[in-house]
Amino acid sequence: MLAFIGKRLLQLVPTLFFVSVIIFGLQQLLPGDPALAMAGEEQDPEVLEQIRRQYRLDQPFHIQYVYWIGGVLTGDLGESLRLKEPVLTLILQKFPVTLQLALMAIVISLAIGVTAGVISAVKKNTAVDYAVNLIALWGISTPNFWLGIMLIFLFAVHLGWLPASGYVGPFEDFWLSLQTTILPAFVLGNSFAAVLMRHTRSAMLQAMGSDYVRTARAKGLAERTVVLKHAMRNALTPVVTLGALELGTLLSGAVLTEQVFSIPGFGKLIVDSVFNRDYLVVQGVTLVTATTYILLNLFADICYVLINPRLRS
Amino acid sequence: MKMLRVAGLAAAVLLIVSAARAETTLRIGLAEDPDVLDPTLARTYVGRIVFAALCDKLFDIDENVNIVPQLALSHETSADGKTVTIKLRPGVKFHDGEPMDAEAVKASLERHMTMQGSFRKPELAAVDKVEVVDASTVRLLLKNPFSPLIAQLADRAGMILSPKAAKEAGDKFGLKPVCAGPFKFVERVQQDRIVVEKFPQYWDAANVHIDRVVFRPIVESTVRLANLKSGSLDLIERALATDLKEIRADPKLKVAAQIEIGYQGLTLNLANGEAGKNGPFGKDPRVRQALEAAIDRKALSDVVFNGEVLPGNQWVSPKSPFFQEKFPVPGRDVAKAKKLLAEAGVPTPIAVDFMVPNNPESRQVAEVIQAMAKEAGFDMKIRVTEFATSLKEMEQGRFQAFFVGWSGRVDPDGNSYIFHKCNAPQNNGNYCDKQVDQWLDDARKVTKTEERKAIYGKIAEKYLKEGSIIYLYHRLVIIAHSAKLEGYQQMPDGLIRLTGVKLKP
Repeated sequence: MLAFIGKRLLQLVPTLFFVSVIIFGLQQLLPGDPALAMAGEEQDPEVLEQIRRQYRLDQPFHIQYVYWIGGVLTGDLGESLRLKEPVLTLILQKFPVTLQLALMAIVISLAIGVTAGVISAVKKNTAVDYAVNLIALWGISTPNFWLGIMLIFLFAVHLGWLPASGYVGPFEDFWLSLQTTILPAFVLGNSFAAVLMRHTRSAMLQAMGSDYVRTARAKGLAERTVVLKHAMRNALTPVVTLGALELGTLLSGAVLTEQVFSIPGFGKLIVDSVFNRDYLVVQGVTLVTATTYILLNLFADICYVLINPRLRS
Repeated sequence: MKMLRVAGLAAAVLLIVSAARAETTLRIGLAEDPDVLDPTLARTYVGRIVFAALCDKLFDIDENVNIVPQLALSHETSADGKTVTIKLRPGVKFHDGEPMDAEAVKASLERHMTMQGSFRKPELAAVDKVEVVDASTVRLLLKNPFSPLIAQLADRAGMILSPKAAKEAGDKFGLKPVCAGPFKFVERVQQDRIVVEKFPQYWDAANVHIDRVVFRPIVESTVRLANLKSGSLDLIERALATDLKEIRADPKLKVAAQIEIGYQGLTLNLANGEAGKNGPFGKDPRVRQALEAAIDRKALSDVVFNGEVLPGNQWVSPKSPFFQEKFPVPGRDVAKAKKLLAEAGVPTPIAVDFMVPNNPESRQVAEVIQAMAKEAGFDMKIRVTEFATSLKEMEQGRFQAFFVGWSGRVDPDGNSYIFHKCNAPQNNGNYCDKQVDQWLDDARKVTKTEERKAIYGKIAEKYLKEGSIIYLYHRLVIIAHSAKLEGYQQMPDGLIRLTGVKLKP
């Protein structure tokens, strides 16, 4: 087992190296000039030249890369051009926000998606099944930013129950934190809940038709036990995989939702940084999220091996 | 009965105490996240809004764009225009308790002039030396007469920083700015909030009635307005002209609007790069005049902005004392446009690569212009481009027409010099005329408004016929706020000034 984990961890090194090259390379393909974007209206050639020199933007691509990767290896992700703040500080500031939002969204989507999936499978081809399918289709096809704005109008402007946007950390004020994150988490969870529901439904249908379920029923077990204990447990394996992957995606920031609800997470940081050509921030955040994604995948693989001994060979 | 009375009294005392302690917090919605909060290194418009609360300047402007003293009391320019003596307000303190005196002014101005990456350097380029005369007097020695100097000192170049804090923090000063404004810095969470609180030792503290201000960047204008309507914010900046009707209809909201000091226009490429040299506008000024004649500014304002912008044809708005009345905003004349094109001998349709920033308002303006210009014989091919990319495209001359605006400066020089002078940094259409250059320099040497206006009149006569910018309109600076906010007054520069403002509970 240890050898397996060690091998996988070693594989991380070349993967992350390629990721870093790709992130750096793609950035260079972006049209526009960071110094010009930073200067905005204040385009004095002498000042622009000074900024290019200061941030080594006048150096060739590979030299800039060496400087950057050298810094990264010593834990220095550089400094934001726009805010003059270390990239690492920004990332540490945003990560808890994104993590909270991602976890809440996953919980919401699991609660809605799995329940709806199971119900729709059990009530196959009935009115309930059709209704749940219809809602799922609506969930998948509703754009996040539209749903977000509609929810703001309903719950903040008309009903006045929740704040329209913004963010408060859970340690600052737990209830207020829940109030500020529940709508964006629902918007994020909503579309994924629909995907989960479809997967749960088909996995459940397959499980419900299998021999062991027939045996369980033949043993005279209550239908409730058959569905929840026998069929659902087996049907959930692919759903959990899907959930883990989605969590990885959510951790890289929910660009549109964060923008609409003004949640200061990774998504908003990346968007602002791309528009301002704040390269070091984009590189830093992308590198961190890519690493998290890879580590989450590794974690999922390790879990499989632990759960299913057949994979160990 | 006695018990009741005691209880009543206690409740009343409690109420009074809590009322006395009730802090007023003003929550402001910004349209963008400001950049670094260092007056020397900052360059965004939205950053200036936060500075208006944090950092006082030597001078400020009033509602008619007249320059009024702030940290300065008065100024005097020598007869040759090369020495400016500024008297400072006595007894002013920085947020860290340090005195705001002549030494501090000298240190700040020198920081603006010399620090690496300073965006104030070009604004103070005319200043040769700053001298301390006495504790409350500084003398600025200029390389040459420069009449826009005082206007420059009414913006970021005139912001005075605590020398002690500036020295200690270096280029990290923006993370915890220490100035002499009505509010002092408390905290900033990037992209979430900037919090400032009342500075009790402020020189005009009696007029500051707000205890705390929270600035929150909310990019989406619909969401910004929703926050105001739901009561999560008390004031929002840059409300959309198209939302004005809705805001005015809401009894809980009020609007404060002013015509901007900047402008929106079409930059035409006369000779910048291949696209300019081979394009239609550099060959004959009549092609430019034809395009202008084809545009109906009034219709543009009505169609896109419900009539809530001011049509204009010069780099200052018709409300400015520097507006040249002898060149009024022209109406549309398609026959004239066609005639001009025929005289110029250019075959139609004239294809134009028309670069437009990617936002709904700009796209709509571009489409209206496209439709109008088509009737005169122009084929404006709209190329929607993300803003940072468009800046690079503009610098390198990869456009023939570009819809772009300028936030404006207090002095007309700021809207003119860097756009009209040969090879100037913002002259992206590459217009060049030695005579105009001479007039631009002349306008900097005289200080009287009438004299300067006469010189700008000569520039307008030439530039409006053959220059590289067609000025279209001036936007309204629209601030929407809760009706609970009293005494709010909007200045044309769009900044939010909070002295004299009260927030009712």
